[in-house]
Amino acid sequence: MFANLDFDVIRRALPYLFYEGMTFTLTLTGLAALGGLIFGTALALMRLSGFKILGRIAGIYVDFMRSLPLVLVIFWFYFLVPYIGQWVTGASRPISVGAFASSLITFIMFEAAYFSEIMRAGIQSISRGQPAAASALGLTYAQSMRYVVLPQAFRNMLPVLITQTIVLFQDTSLVYVLSITDFLGAASKVAQRDGRLVEMYLFAAIVYFTISCVASYGVRRLQARIAIIR
Amino acid sequence: MARSRGGHVNYNWNWGIFFQPNPMGTGTYLDMLLSGLALTLKTAALAWVIALITGSIVGVMRTLPSKGANWFGFAYVEFFRNMPLLVQLFLWFFVLPELLPKGAGTWLKQLPNAPFWTAAIGVGFFMSARVAVQLQAGIGSLPRGQKMAATALGLTTVQTYRYVLLPMAFRIILPPLTSEFLNTIKNTAVAITIGLLELTGQARSMQEFSFQVFEAFTAATLLYLLVNAVVVTAMRFLERWVAIPGYITGK
Repeated sequence: MFANLDFDVIRRALPYLFYEGMTFTLTLTGLAALGGLIFGTALALMRLSGFKILGRIAGIYVDFMRSLPLVLVIFWFYFLVPYIGQWVTGASRPISVGAFASSLITFIMFEAAYFSEIMRAGIQSISRGQPAAASALGLTYAQSMRYVVLPQAFRNMLPVLITQTIVLFQDTSLVYVLSITDFLGAASKVAQRDGRLVEMYLFAAIVYFTISCVASYGVRRLQARIAIIR
Repeated sequence: MARSRGGHVNYNWNWGIFFQPNPMGTGTYLDMLLSGLALTLKTAALAWVIALITGSIVGVMRTLPSKGANWFGFAYVEFFRNMPLLVQLFLWFFVLPELLPKGAGTWLKQLPNAPFWTAAIGVGFFMSARVAVQLQAGIGSLPRGQKMAATALGLTTVQTYRYVLLPMAFRIILPPLTSEFLNTIKNTAVAITIGLLELTGQARSMQEFSFQVFEAFTAATLLYLLVNAVVVTAMRFLERWVAIPGYITGK
């Protein structure tokens, strides 16, 4: 059954797959995780702030994003971002944003909803005495968050945050619907050009599988180490 | 796109578009979206049945006192969890027919509704790994005494799971299962890539035919929110109905 397969097509496509495709995928994953974590932490702080309106807004945003399929959100932002850009810059027509910027904004906005739930759980896992002690020492709310609560919340949630980033890494493959050359997009372009769908998709599957497996093994190791420290 | 007085190119809203006939001749654009919704629900329902059945079997295997079964359960979950759903759908759709013996491969490729069956199976197996993990956690959360008591009463392993562990575990994991079911519905949208015209796919083609991007996606968004609300409400009733007296969720 593997007789008429041509695995040399993969070797020839390797530079394109990794220099173009994987670079795009990993850059998008990294920046989206960072942006999503910052925005998500802001959302979590809004929900826990005690200001009813702020909390309500953040809650609606999170629930809204979490009830939509990512593919639909990708389409939304792809068409919406040029208009938002027009509105922000006051330009006379919708501004064109590149494929990378558009997908980065999409993933930051979408993943923030998921990261915010993780950070909320992290912040709530810190005992009440900690912010109380911080304010007794004269730290402001911002200082207490910055130096006392958030570092611990981040550290406690690190395994979950990385697991979510692995999910994000896999989800970036969905930019395929915009014909972007991420890793899967590159594999698919070669597959269709050379008529070698089986080889290219099998190879793409193996690469995604290996990276995700190694990363989740790392998470399990990390979890074990953190568990000992506590 | 129309030019307004300020020289700005603005979006041309037209909410009446939903009641105009679609170019496929299958009624209005609204009918198109609703048929997409129906296909989303049908695909999700079949995928969920697959996910529940295989996920339960694998989840139980991960808790059995057998090294082999544990290992198989672990490998199964890792296999389906560490590949993007999109890649899995491509494997089912493009790769599997080529690797089968010729006759079977041709039969598979010529199957009517191939995108539907592929999506249901692909999403189903993808979600089954998540169901397995939830069920394993549910069984693991039961006090050890339950299993011991069942053994002491002379129940076989099958009976212990059938009458003691599973009825408890499934009730405990009902809330996470609800979100996995919602994920199943959302994940069917990935099947747009293999040509399934589910809700997102229909919204996308409505946008391509009518150029009314934001109306099409707003309607799809509202329909997804509606489905979400219905499922959450229904599951809350189910949770109350099967609640175990004495547990936090019980009366």
